[in-house]
Amino acid sequence: MERDTHFILGVYEDEDVLLHAVEKVRSNGVKIHEVYTPYPIHGLEDVLGYKRSRLPIAAFLFGMLGTTLAMTMQFYMMSFDWPMIIGGKDYAAFPDFIPVGFEMTVLLAAFGMVGVFMISSNLKPWAQPRIFDIRSTDDKHIMAIDIANNSAMDLERIKEILKSSGATEINNKSFE
Amino acid sequence: MQVTSSVRQPLVTGGKTYHDVTHDVSRQVEGKPSMLWFLAFLTAAGVLALGSIALIATLWEGIGMWGLNKTVGWAWDITNFVWWVGIGHAGTLISAVLLLFRQKWRTSINRAAEAMTIFAVICAAMFPVIHMGRPWLGAYWALPLPNTFGSLWVNFNSPLLWDVFAISTYFSVSLVFWYIGLIPDFATIRDRATGLRKTIYGALSFGWDGAAKTWMRYESVSLILAGLATPLVLSVHTIVSFDFATSVIPGWHTTIFPPYFVAGAIFSGFAMVLTLMIVTRKVFKLEDYITIGHIELMNIVIIITGSIVGIAYITEFFIAWYSGVEAEQYAFINRATGPYWWAYWSMMTCNVISPQLFWIKKIRTSIVATFILSIVVNIGMWFERFVIIVTSLHRDYLPSSWAMFYPTWADVGVYLFTFGLFFTLFFLFAKFFPVINMAEVKAVLKSSSEKVEK
Repeated sequence: MERDTHFILGVYEDEDVLLHAVEKVRSNGVKIHEVYTPYPIHGLEDVLGYKRSRLPIAAFLFGMLGTTLAMTMQFYMMSFDWPMIIGGKDYAAFPDFIPVGFEMTVLLAAFGMVGVFMISSNLKPWAQPRIFDIRSTDDKHIMAIDIANNSAMDLERIKEILKSSGATEINNKSFE
Repeated sequence: MQVTSSVRQPLVTGGKTYHDVTHDVSRQVEGKPSMLWFLAFLTAAGVLALGSIALIATLWEGIGMWGLNKTVGWAWDITNFVWWVGIGHAGTLISAVLLLFRQKWRTSINRAAEAMTIFAVICAAMFPVIHMGRPWLGAYWALPLPNTFGSLWVNFNSPLLWDVFAISTYFSVSLVFWYIGLIPDFATIRDRATGLRKTIYGALSFGWDGAAKTWMRYESVSLILAGLATPLVLSVHTIVSFDFATSVIPGWHTTIFPPYFVAGAIFSGFAMVLTLMIVTRKVFKLEDYITIGHIELMNIVIIITGSIVGIAYITEFFIAWYSGVEAEQYAFINRATGPYWWAYWSMMTCNVISPQLFWIKKIRTSIVATFILSIVVNIGMWFERFVIIVTSLHRDYLPSSWAMFYPTWADVGVYLFTFGLFFTLFFLFAKFFPVINMAEVKAVLKSSSEKVEK
């Protein structure tokens, strides 16, 4: 069977039931494709075994880039390219350069991190998302299991595990 | 799991289920706008149209249309600028600082408060831009662009330039923060819609699918943005206060300005959030989400920041006396008893006395009283900036230069223009965007609602 086309969906109503269900399903050896939820659930990434996001590192690096750019620009313009004494201050008036340095740090950190987030999560205006169950943005938690990824297991067995873990509905979904 | 004490008041009342949250918030986006909305929107657009006459006149003739003179070279324009920027502080404070402090009650009000922030900052930015006289050349004066004068660069020693960077950073970071929060809710509306609306909200939702991995990154991004926005929001009004504090005008040249301005900004910002939220919850029937509890908590923030502002006023007076600087002493005595005494005492009454009424529980849990006082606070905060700016300037160093400031119709008109702009944008937002952050409210529903599904 082809990968990434045929799925079994477990529908959950409650976030705590879902958290235990994810643990149970995984401990039974079923590989979960992804879980779709209407709101962020704390601890879900841990039970799914996801590694921590490295976005904070991206933010830090972009922030450093912002500081460097701001400081280089200000020292170049004020101290080298056209030095002027303003308000009796030094050509290289470092304390005066801190506010702009700070603002550009924040600006680049924020935009850089959000840009990385958009790219890594494939968020763009023309993106066509694959909707497993339309209720996953309303009030249901959807656990998607790729059948091809679990070919070692019997389909009925997977459904049984889902049922016993608290799924209120079990559906099939196929994509072209 | 976070355990919430059963003694705590629920954040969402009325026994809402997850689906109710979706329905109650999406309803006003999907339905036809009510007569009340049309009336409000047309009024705002009318004020905008009326105000733009004054704006066009100012741009056509130059800023000589305003009541400025040689002595009072800054008046309504900068007063309005600081006033709007101050109002623009509440949104990011609610969404960033309260996120870091894990204050869950912010979830029902952060969306609208952030929208208000963005619109207020747009209105604020109008004033320095108009005051340039020829704003189409303004980029050369405000940004470090290479030019044919050598290049002669902008002056990085000037707080006015820091302001350009601070406000544009604040605006763009707030906008991104706000939009990231909107994406999941746009997806909710997309999944309920058909036809054209599905296409539009589909594009706005950036293909959001609610995957656990995306949520994990979303949470990470929100937390870091909150961490970045917290010092940012404090830096913005600090730098605005530097515009005055770094000059050598008696009454401006004080080190108390940065914290005093930041407290004042939060004070006026929360007042404006209350004014707007009290109307919004009524018009869109969101009383179960924006409860009396929310209003009371915001009133408590108003008591705290109002008291800080009051202490700052008294400290300024004390330091003027204690410093022994005659010019400083004169500036303060003149504020209270000079020709602008009425502005000073309006400020004192509105900002120092009126918020103290919120110590009385009956008043801070009364919607009518809160609504009136929130407007009183904002009138007071406008007078605060007017007092600081005009009374410090109108007594120049030479008594022969002493003057008064009288606003012209163009001053009033441009101020009206920003009101029209602000409310037009806010009403458009309230109709076409989800005014409450559905995803975040759902996330706190289980621990903080009276009853959850099942």
